[in-house]
Amino acid sequence: MSSPIKPPEDTIDVRDPRIAESIHRYWRKNLWVMAACLTVWAIGGLGCGVLFADALNEFSIGGFPLGFWFAQQGSILIFVLLILVYGLALNRLDAEHHRELEQIRAAGREMSEPSGP
Amino acid sequence: MSIKLWTFLFVGVTFGTYLVIAWLSRVRDTSGFYVAGRGIPAMANGMATAADWMSAASFISMAGLISAMGYAGGMYLMGWTGGYVLLALLLAPYLRKFGHYTVPDFVGDRYESNAARLVAVVCAIFISFTYVAGQMRGVGIVFSRFLEVDITIGVVIGMAIVFIYATLGGMKGITWTQVVQYWVLITAFLIPAIAISFKLTGNPIPQIGMGSRLIDDGVPLLAKLDQLHADLGFASYTAAFEGGWDKLNVFCVTAALMVGTAGLPHVIVRFYTVKTVKAARWSAFWALLFIAMLYLTAPATASFARYYMIQSLHGKAASELPSWFHNWQRTGLILWLDDGDGRVAYHGPAATAGENEIFRSGKIGGAELADIRVDHQRWLSSAGIEGRDGRQVLRERGLSGPDRDIIVLATPEMAALADWIIALVAAGGLAAALSTASGLLLVISSSVAHDLYFRVVNPEASEGQRLVVGRVVIGLAVVVAGLLGIFPPGFVSQVVAFAFGLAAASFFPAIVLGIFSKRVGTVPATAGMITGIGFTAFYIIGSVYGGLPNWFFGIDPQGIGVVGMLINFAVTLVLTPFTPAPSEPVREMIDRIHEPEGAGPAVVIEATPEH
Repeated sequence: MSSPIKPPEDTIDVRDPRIAESIHRYWRKNLWVMAACLTVWAIGGLGCGVLFADALNEFSIGGFPLGFWFAQQGSILIFVLLILVYGLALNRLDAEHHRELEQIRAAGREMSEPSGP
Repeated sequence: MSIKLWTFLFVGVTFGTYLVIAWLSRVRDTSGFYVAGRGIPAMANGMATAADWMSAASFISMAGLISAMGYAGGMYLMGWTGGYVLLALLLAPYLRKFGHYTVPDFVGDRYESNAARLVAVVCAIFISFTYVAGQMRGVGIVFSRFLEVDITIGVVIGMAIVFIYATLGGMKGITWTQVVQYWVLITAFLIPAIAISFKLTGNPIPQIGMGSRLIDDGVPLLAKLDQLHADLGFASYTAAFEGGWDKLNVFCVTAALMVGTAGLPHVIVRFYTVKTVKAARWSAFWALLFIAMLYLTAPATASFARYYMIQSLHGKAASELPSWFHNWQRTGLILWLDDGDGRVAYHGPAATAGENEIFRSGKIGGAELADIRVDHQRWLSSAGIEGRDGRQVLRERGLSGPDRDIIVLATPEMAALADWIIALVAAGGLAAALSTASGLLLVISSSVAHDLYFRVVNPEASEGQRLVVGRVVIGLAVVVAGLLGIFPPGFVSQVVAFAFGLAAASFFPAIVLGIFSKRVGTVPATAGMITGIGFTAFYIIGSVYGGLPNWFFGIDPQGIGVVGMLINFAVTLVLTPFTPAPSEPVREMIDRIHEPEGAGPAVVIEATPEH
């Protein structure tokens, strides 16, 4: 906090090639999960709630015309569930990434041990 | 106890609680002042974000808006919730990992440019002032309607309360106050909705009650509303794209509100206050869950109140009118000008012109309104020879139908609920307005004291100096916001659309590309922001003040932010191949942002108690 350009406190060296590779793997998986969630977001919200609302209104569910229900109830429920699913999926990816980092650190310690005091 | 006494009691108790919290959470350093020391648990941050987000407009006006618009009202519901998905997936975790205090911080550091930082500062301050003026006005209005004090005095009381807890506790004080304010406002919103749902449909869950059959005649509520709307000349309640909102406009406004939500600085900074990257993701989930409690209930309240309003007014004689009508007629939110048959006729725009007898007074003053009534009475008794048809006068001024705020404000009375519930609504409205105002004031303070003073003007400033400047600026901002609330400039309501459009066209593309691309550099990002803002500002100003038609495919100014955003993305991406990539330290910073740990020791992440 003392200097404005100081990077955030970090215990991970992103220049280490093994760590960089782990971050890369994590990031690719994250992008896939994200893309899947955003697709559902677009279809559930802007799709069912707006673009297909007039067509969906031909059907009804629990006393609601379906398009109207998506616009005023369904889309919001989908949004809440999406963030939940994304959070859970990323918890798993985070844990996986954390194990990889631990392994790299353990390997690093073993390698550096002989040269230590 | 009378309603007024209950209101004094609730308002007194809640305000006292806010002050106690302020004292308990006073801070001594800038980290506490700007980001609450990054010690807020995800769930508490979710509640605070929800209270921060749900303003006087969400609490008081939104249900009324949906009630009047039917299906098309869904664009506000979808727009103001869908943005949180973008926040949780694309922005919050990475901005938390980036650290620092503000949105302009990220823009300035990522694009290595004080010019980009300044563009971001100006946008953040403009957006926040636009918003906060409406909140202080909301505080004054709630005070004047429930406690019969002058709007000015109401605004001053609100200013004093915000001043104390914002300057003492900064973000920390604001956050814990907002947690309490969330519960005040959600209780005040849910209790009347549950009661009226039970009364009309026999089902206490408003979201199910909305789709259920009415106890009165066994017809499904929504089918009944569609029928009543067709009979009385209103656009259908459930059918899509009728009554002036076509598919393109509903789409654009929804999308603009979604993207704008994700780009609003007072929402984004909330995610800087949590402990870890993971907590940032989860607090976005909690925030949307808590917001959804109100946003899923508002459309139900809207439909119940719509039905109740038509049923209890249309075709009734003066003696049969309910007491809530008389109470709120005094405030001018609803007016009845009879055509001489002694029965209320409430009609929509498709009915024969002049048939409707229900109006609102809008900005017309008491004296002028009395004149209109006198003229109308003369017009009636002389069978149209003298005086003037008051209905025509009000219709020509665009004041047909009741004020939309009446839906939430009068719902407890419509459902004949106890006096203390009506008082609770007043406390809820105040909580909604104050919580949003305080969050915005903090953004203004941090934009000036941190982004401008510390990062640009005086980088040598000590911790103590920065804290003093932060407190002074937030104090000044409260005063300016209060003045804007007491003397509202005519443009405030129109520029809220501008706030969202601007956020969508400036921050969102700059931040998303900053996080997801290692190639986009200073020049394309700044050029993108400026063209995006320029187009959006030109379109909205031209349409609202310049009298230009909606020349871009007929898109409403509320939805133009989407086009501004696309222009921003396009300009940035087209220029990128011709300009240099960011420096090595910045590329390394982006790698570090992608990595989910390291915001503190890994052990701390595993030990976070909130999930």
